[in-house]
Amino acid sequence: MTRQMTGAKMVVQALKDQGVEVVFGYPGGAVLPIYDEIFQQNDIRHILVRHEQGAIHMAEGYARSTGKVGVALVTSGPGATNAVTGLTDALMDSIPIIVLTGQVPTFMIGTDGFQEADTVGITRPCTKMNWLVKDTAKLAETIHTAFHVATAGRPGPVLVDIPKDVQFAQSDYTPKEKSKTSHYQPRVKGDIDQITRLVEMMETADRPLFYTGGGVINSGRAASQLLRELVEATGFPITSTLMGLGAYPASGKHWIGMLGMHGLYEANLAMHGCDLMINIGARFDDRITGRISDFSPKSKKVHVDIDPSSVNKVIRVDVPIIGDVGHVLEDVLKVWKSRGRKVNKAGLEKWWKQIAEWQAVKCLSYDQSKTTIKPQYALERLEALTKGMDRYICTEVGQHQMWAAQYLGFDEPHRWMTSGGLGTMGYGLPASIGVQIAHPEALVINVAGEASWLMNMQEMGTAMQFRAPVKQFILNNERLGMVRQWQELLHGERYSSSWSESLPDFVKLAEAFGCKGIQVTDPADLDEAIREMLAYDGPVIFDCRVEKHENCFPMIPSGKPHNEMLLSADASAFKSGAVLV
Amino acid sequence: MSALNIKKGASSHSAYDLRDSHSEVEESHTLAVIVENEPGVLARVIGLFSGRGYNIDSLTVAEVDHTGHRSRITVVTRGTPAVIDQIEAQLGRMVPVFAVHDLTAEGPSVQRELALFKVAGKGEARIEALRLAEIFRAHVVDSTLESFVFEMTGTSEKIDSFADLMRPLGLKEIARTGVAALSRGA
Repeated sequence: MTRQMTGAKMVVQALKDQGVEVVFGYPGGAVLPIYDEIFQQNDIRHILVRHEQGAIHMAEGYARSTGKVGVALVTSGPGATNAVTGLTDALMDSIPIIVLTGQVPTFMIGTDGFQEADTVGITRPCTKMNWLVKDTAKLAETIHTAFHVATAGRPGPVLVDIPKDVQFAQSDYTPKEKSKTSHYQPRVKGDIDQITRLVEMMETADRPLFYTGGGVINSGRAASQLLRELVEATGFPITSTLMGLGAYPASGKHWIGMLGMHGLYEANLAMHGCDLMINIGARFDDRITGRISDFSPKSKKVHVDIDPSSVNKVIRVDVPIIGDVGHVLEDVLKVWKSRGRKVNKAGLEKWWKQIAEWQAVKCLSYDQSKTTIKPQYALERLEALTKGMDRYICTEVGQHQMWAAQYLGFDEPHRWMTSGGLGTMGYGLPASIGVQIAHPEALVINVAGEASWLMNMQEMGTAMQFRAPVKQFILNNERLGMVRQWQELLHGERYSSSWSESLPDFVKLAEAFGCKGIQVTDPADLDEAIREMLAYDGPVIFDCRVEKHENCFPMIPSGKPHNEMLLSADASAFKSGAVLV
Repeated sequence: MSALNIKKGASSHSAYDLRDSHSEVEESHTLAVIVENEPGVLARVIGLFSGRGYNIDSLTVAEVDHTGHRSRITVVTRGTPAVIDQIEAQLGRMVPVFAVHDLTAEGPSVQRELALFKVAGKGEARIEALRLAEIFRAHVVDSTLESFVFEMTGTSEKIDSFADLMRPLGLKEIARTGVAALSRGA
């Protein structure tokens, strides 16, 4: 039995078939038939954004916090071009989203029609795959394939471009189960010989280390669970990238903190000094490795990744394991247990002693102030006052992002949404709305800098309209903090364009949007203000006036190796001798 | 402790000196990429090369299986072994790519190009051009009193050397198809 329907109806039907509950979007001429169909049904909720970039980041926040696919719907031309930043962001961080774009009618393509853009051409390098559908008969199947491609293998963004006449035309609807199976089926099981080699190395290593990334979270909750089991059973230390926070709990006893450019001293020195590095679902990003030629010089390296192109791209590894993290971890555990659960106890004990020495440096300590709020202090208080709550954290990009990663603890996956690979300022506010739409009862906080936050602040309108009680926790230093920090440390203290003049009054801005604004300047008032924010039933813009010239440390200046980390701008203040392994 | 020698504001050339110093010799590899015959697939493959800074020395593409809806892209590329590996992995993970074969690495292969040469001239040069064409087994596919068009198939090297010989004899234009290649044996 086949069902005839219009292309526009097919779009909605296909989304329903795929279990979509929410679409983030913005209407326009070339998608009006689809909006007409959305109007006439109640299964799919449409969230009207204020800018298409916001729609994509919301879909990302939704996807990242649920493990499901995020969906966005935008119009042709500017609607599509405004989606490009979000698509690139999702590509870099492997977030499964589907973007549906309207297009001018097929007979107008190529004529420079009104709101025409070569959407598939523009988005080809920033999508995992995209399609221009010129025939209504193929529309439903293409959308089903799009869902498969977005989630199979290494997840990523896909785009389906739908001309307006294709939306109007009638054809048979292809249900999900009638769609032909895609040839795209990346392998998920790791090679068992390589896995055995890894286990052999685990049994004898003196200084082993797990280095985990976003791939663990993308693999699903079972992967995080298996990782925890493996870490507890072996007793190896574990560090993670920015994208992987929460896969292993920050409160876990083998956790040694985030690594990388602003990672913890102990984590980076452990990377530098380990003799067995087990990379699980991370990709040796340059913010992680620092100078390649001095990267972890004494270690054997194992890399578990579902994407073969991630392996040996930046760092040559000794044991590559291509496969899904969850499947590989399951096999690693199985093989390791069957061989008698061996580890090198003596080596491990010495290794932990060494790590404890590094931890004793207390690299996250900072000078407290009684008169101004230190950003680190603000985050410590936020952490203390929200501990144990059903909490999701988003961030913008910059110093506040790194401080959030350093001072907030994540005990579960899917609780931390941040723009890692692309570093998109303006990500956090819309992402937080996407998270809140997915988790209406949860506490969703966007830790922001005022500069990033202003980039997509129009989305407060979305938060208000759809009653998303997101808390915008803005660490306001009236500076582009990270830019200012680099200028201080690396560009002769010439602060070129890193100072925002004429910032809005955030409390009045909140009032203008109809939500609550809170400003706090005195550290003594901070706790009370945070409590007020948490207690308010609705969106809050929290203007936390912080120290203007605070720098984010530790820091590995880019192009430097891990053991050349700065703990403060004043190099002589650092105790020497503890660094080299 | 070189870290501690970093002075505030000392240097602005901080980032991205990440090139591996162990770079090896560049090699030429011929890759056969079997793709779904869909609009945009060629652009996606070429975009990978330009976007990631890889070289294309030659590229041919045509549908090879109408019912199976498949095209074969033959790319001749250059790079260090690590770069070649990376190119193959990047191609292999693309959604519309069915298979990537490194014909250079997988064993002996046959590689052919077709080329057309327009040679204009009179007298001795014209006769010499015709004689050389015979030696190279090029066919005359067009002729006027002042010109020939030769057609030749062969390896790229053979076509290069024929072109070198024709240049002083009045070579006006060359059209080359680029390399098509198959592995030898069954």
